[in-house]
Amino acid sequence: MEVTLNHYIVLSVILFVIGTYGVLTRRNLIVVLMSLELMLNSCNLAFISFAYFLGDLTGQIFMIMAITVAAAEVAVGLAFVVLIYNHNNSLDIDILKLLRG
Amino acid sequence: MAEALVFYIFAALCIFGSIIVVTHKNPVASAISMVLTFFFTAVLFILLRAQFIAVIQVLVYAGAIIVLFLFTVMFLNIKEDAMQFDGRNIAKKVTFLFVIIAVAGFFGSKLIVNSGQKAPEIENFGSVESVGRELFTEFLLPFELTSVLIIVAIIGVVTIAKRSKSS
Repeated sequence: MEVTLNHYIVLSVILFVIGTYGVLTRRNLIVVLMSLELMLNSCNLAFISFAYFLGDLTGQIFMIMAITVAAAEVAVGLAFVVLIYNHNNSLDIDILKLLRG
Repeated sequence: MAEALVFYIFAALCIFGSIIVVTHKNPVASAISMVLTFFFTAVLFILLRAQFIAVIQVLVYAGAIIVLFLFTVMFLNIKEDAMQFDGRNIAKKVTFLFVIIAVAGFFGSKLIVNSGQKAPEIENFGSVESVGRELFTEFLLPFELTSVLIIVAIIGVVTIAKRSKSS
């Protein structure tokens, strides 16, 4: 019973799938953003596990960058959520059809 | 043995927490269970000898990002019916779920067939000292560029928020 790289990668895949399901099916814009964060988190887990099992710190450094990008993305995304809610009084993503050709 | 036990317990908790995040109809409950999911992932990071990253995870994700989410949910004061998990397109959702699980299962099973790799034992791996040394020598330029990214994000958010006030 030893935990190998594959265990972590499979866990990361499972978490990523759950996040994808949330992004595809939920209609509340805030929950869609949360599911996006879950997907980023699962990718970070894959990075950290590869860093450990390959004995290379580059994965951990890259994860610090990924956290920074995630924080910036959430800040901008939630600013847009507030803007959209003030505009439409709803957070249903079906409202966002304005750019449809 | 103990390590495997901790891994399985916290992996199960992670999966359970993220399922609650994507299925619960109340966004506040989703945000709270997201905090727990990030905490459990931080425990897995400690198992992977990434202590510094685990601390960063708790500080940034479970601290800053979740507070931002909760603040937005409460700031918008969403009505109960707007938060409901609606029953439309159930067939489409189930199809999505099955397609995703099939694809992930295909690649996951390929991974399981291959034999696992053992981790090399490196002293001070993932400590603040070693990560910081890498960060400020070899990866100095990308590290500085992230500060540019944060400034861009701050300016963008302020601009967006300002525009919503004037309209």
